Amino acid sequence: MSEFQESNQKRWSHLRKVLERPGPFSHPEFEPSSEILDFIMSSCKLLVIGAGGLGCELLKDLALLGFKNIHVIDMDTIDLSNLNRQFLFRHKDIGSSKAEIAASFINKKIPGCQVIPHFSKIQDFDENFYRQFHIIVCGLDSIVARRWINGMLVSMLNYDDGVLDQQSVIPMVDGGTEGFKGNARVILPGMSACVECTLDLYPPQVNYPLCTIANTPRLPEHCIEYVKLILWPQENPFNVPLDGDDTQHIAWIYEKSMERSLQFNIPGITYRLVQGVVKHIIPAVASTNAVIAGICATEVFKIATSCCVPMNNYMVFNDVDGIYTYTYEAEKKEDCLVCSQTPQILEIKDPNKMKLRQLLELLAESAAYQMKTPGLTTVIDGRNKTLYMATIKSIEERTRDNLNKSLVELGLRDGQDILVADVTSPTTLIIKLKYVIDDVEMK
Amino acid sequence: MMSSPIPKSPEQSDKSKKYDRQIRLWGDHGQKLLENSKVCLINATALGTEILKSLVLPGIGSFTIVDGEKVTEEDIGSNFFLDSDSIGMSRAQVATQCLLELNPDVRGDYIDESPEHIMSHTQDFFNKFTVVVATALPEKTLLPLSRYLWDSKVPLIVCRSIGFLGYIRLQVKEHTVIKSHPDSENPDLRLLSPWPALKEYLDSINVEALDKKSRAHVPSIVILYYYLNKYKELHGGNIPSSRAEKEELRKLIRDSRFHDEHGPKLLEENFEEALHYVNNCLNPISIPQNVQKILDDDCCTNLTQSSSPFWTMCAALREFVQLEGALPLRGALPDMAADTDSYVTLQRLYHSRAQAQSEAVYRRAAQIARNLGVAQETVTESEVKSFCKHASELHVIRGSCIADEYQRTSLDLSSYLEDPDSLMFYYVILRGLERFISEFNTYPGQFDDQVEPDVLKLKSIIGKLLAEWGCCHVVSDERVHEVCRYGGAELHSVSAILGGCAAHEVIKLVTQQYKPLDNAFFFDAITSTSAAFCL
Repeated sequence: MSEFQESNQKRWSHLRKVLERPGPFSHPEFEPSSEILDFIMSSCKLLVIGAGGLGCELLKDLALLGFKNIHVIDMDTIDLSNLNRQFLFRHKDIGSSKAEIAASFINKKIPGCQVIPHFSKIQDFDENFYRQFHIIVCGLDSIVARRWINGMLVSMLNYDDGVLDQQSVIPMVDGGTEGFKGNARVILPGMSACVECTLDLYPPQVNYPLCTIANTPRLPEHCIEYVKLILWPQENPFNVPLDGDDTQHIAWIYEKSMERSLQFNIPGITYRLVQGVVKHIIPAVASTNAVIAGICATEVFKIATSCCVPMNNYMVFNDVDGIYTYTYEAEKKEDCLVCSQTPQILEIKDPNKMKLRQLLELLAESAAYQMKTPGLTTVIDGRNKTLYMATIKSIEERTRDNLNKSLVELGLRDGQDILVADVTSPTTLIIKLKYVIDDVEMK
Repeated sequence: MMSSPIPKSPEQSDKSKKYDRQIRLWGDHGQKLLENSKVCLINATALGTEILKSLVLPGIGSFTIVDGEKVTEEDIGSNFFLDSDSIGMSRAQVATQCLLELNPDVRGDYIDESPEHIMSHTQDFFNKFTVVVATALPEKTLLPLSRYLWDSKVPLIVCRSIGFLGYIRLQVKEHTVIKSHPDSENPDLRLLSPWPALKEYLDSINVEALDKKSRAHVPSIVILYYYLNKYKELHGGNIPSSRAEKEELRKLIRDSRFHDEHGPKLLEENFEEALHYVNNCLNPISIPQNVQKILDDDCCTNLTQSSSPFWTMCAALREFVQLEGALPLRGALPDMAADTDSYVTLQRLYHSRAQAQSEAVYRRAAQIARNLGVAQETVTESEVKSFCKHASELHVIRGSCIADEYQRTSLDLSSYLEDPDSLMFYYVILRGLERFISEFNTYPGQFDDQVEPDVLKLKSIIGKLLAEWGCCHVVSDERVHEVCRYGGAELHSVSAILGGCAAHEVIKLVTQQYKPLDNAFFFDAITSTSAAFCL
């Protein structure tokens, strides 16, 4: 059966009404015709990142919107605790690749659909892989991964004399959920706000001060963190790194946390709390995933067909109290670290006092950067110099002494370009140091 | 000191592991209520099965599908829970089988009969459900069903998904919520009127006499209380209420910082916390309006033998409030920078006070139950404890009956229809659509060659409806045209959005947690916007 006939089938008459009839609210360039469904079915190529709570829903939604060429990437395997919402998986699938099981389920259920699974990390692919897709949809629970793919899509943009080549833009539709809250957004890299433009929307992770954990615990969480951060490395009970999925490990942490909480008279340790703290568990339900994935899939459909104007560009959802949504235009940041095409300027008040360690802390803690383990290099007198790199042991040892040197001691000058590499970005970012003289001091 | 035995770590059951991510939200109690629920779905449309999917996965007790239709080719194109080789088979049966695969803990059955048939033969069939959900149900069946369920006090959720438009209407006669899970709440600290044990503890600490080390570890509420008393001494016993007065109290706290030869030192973290608490923790005790309204409700003041435990507890709470002038203490102490002993001591003070107060409310509730001549066990101590803890977030919804809504002769939508940003025009369109379906037995625009004529017909129906309501506004032709463009098409992703929303409303009703929709919701997938209205 040819693709043309397939799109003519009665089965798709729902889609055909929307795609083959004119509508007063469609995109100005929308021309209703049967070719649109043909395009969706035979040419349009989608990438779904994540085959978890959102990913399972996305694959189902997109397949029933007529998309047939879909790739899906997920590095995870199926766990029992996924089954309350990741509806393409069954008990017998526990331990198997999420991407593979999800793809084969969809392909079996929806005749003609060809989902291609990749049991890998997004970082395993380069731009040649990503370039083949018309639209990329993300259903991720990791901010780092979101930032990485966002950085990848921005790095693939072509500019001609500063003018963006529209052909190089791959739209990204991104969804996220936590409990009964969620958000969905449409990103046109280089054109609308990207993930980095709105980085301050992600709340910083809760970290308890080490002195509280060690000396003055008050909450059950403090006791658990103590066992996890201090006791585990000390006692090394199983001679392996802590694995949150190993029930023996969790049981050990539970028992030791309970001991510590009794010692300090702190109530409230439960097995579930221990698991939650150790694994940073984010609560999740089927319904929120269905809503957010449905919104994302609808946007993909609009972008691919022009049958409506895509959402502009950010929506939040919450159904704790009634059902609430709010849609607004997140603004592109003029000096966005990733998509602005303008050099990043980092103002330094006192380069004589500021140590490299403080610069690294700034990159990790400031809402605008939120980096994980930044590695810094620069060029001094025409020669590359690695200032610090934590991720490679030999280099870390060689550059560790630099941490306590001031920027001036390291030979960094006003206007110096620092090249920053971090897991949050596929490319190296350039930050320009700007030494500002405090004129209050001058008086 | 006696050494405590090392507790054995509990082995989690497979079930609690499977449902872990949701039990973290609604707790074991919510999960149990969910597992005891029976949900009826009328019409296994794509929207219908999407709703059930998000209920079967978290583990409702059972579902029953009522649907007399046979699976069509169009159904296969939009409904995930039908098999592509099931065309011509009972839609209720196929959907039931596909949905049951999702979760072996859930039971499911089906009735291969039209809802009209069941309504006219065995109405009381619908009585046995915790919630009834209906999709794509025509007016002529919807209205008697709505009336019947209203009288039987079974909640009904009605949904439609058509093109880029979605609609949810929730009908519930009375629904009471103890845990509404508010996003944020001011801590309940009672610093203006501490009970004797708390007062004794707070009075025992002279913040200004503390050395540097102890000062950094004294809990912020001790600091706040200390400087509050100082403020009161300076102001004839008055407490700070205006912004300027509160700023003055903050200044007292700020001025306490240590100085050295370079000037004032940085204020400690716990003192910063105390500054922060000035704003929202020194308000005079009052009963929140929403709670007072519940305590004054007829159901609370006129209990009968058939009153629910909720209202019995409210009556007990009412007596407590009349005596104490305040709600029971919540008993939770927010985290604050402090040494372990001070924090734990304070925490115990709050906890035991809350415990004593909830026991007092429980004794009253038990007494009330005895006086009514109902079994004392209707309210349990643990229920009352949770009730007291959440006393400030109690919530009651009294909805409206859909059949009454349709009978209303005057409906003033003018203020909404004048507002270009309001989605209320969708209500008019949907009512027009429903009437079109009853009159012509088809969706407007269902057939390609009938779109334009159907636009005219629908416009005329909508004009008549607006005239019936005495509403002099019009709905734009473009909107009417757009809904005829859909021709009854069901876009799967729109149904998935609505399905998730409707499923969570069912979960709210069943678990008696969170605030349900009150009572109508429109979703416009063209602009990805939504609005809720009370009809």
